[in-house]
Amino acid sequence: MTNRQRSHKRRFPRTARFLRALPGHILLAAMLIFLLFPFYWTFVTSIKPQRELYGSTVTYWPSKPTFESYSKLFSEYNFIKPMLNSLLVASVTTVVSLTVSLLAAYAFSRYRFKGRKFFMTMFLTNNMFPTVLLLIPLFAIMRRVGILYTPSALILSYTTFTIPFSVWLLNGYLDDLPMSLEEAAMVDGANRAQAFLKIILPMLIPCVVATGAYVFMTAWNEYTFAVMFTNESNRTIPVALKNFIGQLGVEWGMLTAGGIITIIPVCIMFFFAQKRLVEGLTAGAVKG
Amino acid sequence: MHKKKFNPWPYLLIAPALITIFAVVFFPVLNAVLMSFQSYDLRRPSQIRFTGLANYAAAMHDSLFWQALLKTAIWVVVGVGFQFVFGFMLALLLNRKFWGRGVVRSISLIPWVTPGVLIGLMWRWIFDGNYGVLNDLLMRLGLIHDKIPFLAQQSTAFPSVILTIIWQGIPFFALMLLAGLQGIPEELYDAANVDGANAFQRFFLITVPSLKNTIFVTTLLRIIWVANSVDVIFNMTEGGPAYSTQTLSVYVFNKGNTLNLGYASTMAILLALALALVAVPYLKMLFKAQEESK
Repeated sequence: MTNRQRSHKRRFPRTARFLRALPGHILLAAMLIFLLFPFYWTFVTSIKPQRELYGSTVTYWPSKPTFESYSKLFSEYNFIKPMLNSLLVASVTTVVSLTVSLLAAYAFSRYRFKGRKFFMTMFLTNNMFPTVLLLIPLFAIMRRVGILYTPSALILSYTTFTIPFSVWLLNGYLDDLPMSLEEAAMVDGANRAQAFLKIILPMLIPCVVATGAYVFMTAWNEYTFAVMFTNESNRTIPVALKNFIGQLGVEWGMLTAGGIITIIPVCIMFFFAQKRLVEGLTAGAVKG
Repeated sequence: MHKKKFNPWPYLLIAPALITIFAVVFFPVLNAVLMSFQSYDLRRPSQIRFTGLANYAAAMHDSLFWQALLKTAIWVVVGVGFQFVFGFMLALLLNRKFWGRGVVRSISLIPWVTPGVLIGLMWRWIFDGNYGVLNDLLMRLGLIHDKIPFLAQQSTAFPSVILTIIWQGIPFFALMLLAGLQGIPEELYDAANVDGANAFQRFFLITVPSLKNTIFVTTLLRIIWVANSVDVIFNMTEGGPAYSTQTLSVYVFNKGNTLNLGYASTMAILLALALALVAVPYLKMLFKAQEESK
């Protein structure tokens, strides 16, 4: 405990301290309600029976909660199909991005070579191209090459933003690991590759996992490319969700049930990865 | 000292990433530039040919283009501005010690990991004119008497989508700034207390300067993301009613959907240039600040 906290304790007994913190707690509670209410509402909508959904009065908890929407989602609407498509696209994007980015980040962090700064800046500025600027030529190119409406089209287009971002993050993590670690191993007769695999990689694993989680999430959530580059058979979750908006109106029960199912996996991943991820992002912020 | 030999390894290591980026970013951007000089409409494939600056001239005379550019500016300034203010507030609130802090931090992150489509659709349902919960809440509180079709009328549609993007961006700022706050040494505040600084002085003389770099990078990232975002607006209003929520990104996306790729590319390039106009001075300032701090 620091001196400051100790003197704090003496001056303010328990209740006084609580009262002092109260306005902050109230403000925090208000912000949390604002941030979380939409999810509560989405969930409540997903377990309302059809009749209550479009009733004359709005209810804040269903009189008869039902998971009908969820079962219909999988039986009638075959929601498992877009889930598998999303899983495939997001997993391959993650593996591809991590592999090529890790190699590049290692080179940037451990070698000093001609053009290093130029190439690094190139990867950095890459983040700035508007999605829609890439969307249109990529659409034309994929159409010409004949991979439009295949998962490869999506995976390739996702690497446009996942690779630069991963290179940036991983480079930051690698810079934090001292070179002396590998040098010690190399003095003992290991070559560079062995030193990397045996010393650096194990220490880097949590950071690689955090970066991977970020890549997976962006690929899992992406809509703009997905809606242009997929068709009925390989559409991903975001497109499938949008398709609940039909000519005859919106099926809110289905849509919200699908939404809840979509965010559960990314939420779980993020609770585990967030600490490292924020470290990496802020390390980048300090170094630029 | 041995003579420096050429080492091919770093180049081989960056090659896979570099080749991919060339294929999926630089080559397409080059294509977009070429397309912007053509009348490239996939509905009329026989008429594809170079037309010089015709698309750019058309954009200059397109009142919807100018309107979309203005909407983009408002969307970014108001959206990112409020995200930053509320995000900073949330970061400060989460930086205090209280029971259950870890859990609260984690769950306040959820909007950030939610897909843009779902965000757009969730809020579309909240704003709904017939069954929307916002109308119900406002009526229960006695603030309004008749239901407001938030997304269906021009006066309320744009503020509604802006509120949604603010909601989306708060956690990102909170998270990044919170990490920055935790890196500020406690001694700085102790010294300020000894000198009799009040809360405002501590905030503006210690907290803000210490977070300068984090603030720079996070706002720049958000400006780029928000300016480029299509999914939230498209899933709430598709740019309507009467183009009142059509930012430049959404306009390009809508044009792309009608397969007029030449004109869409032109506007996408203009959007990229507008963004560069903001980002380049911004980055220069950041690099300068870093040089000074070295």
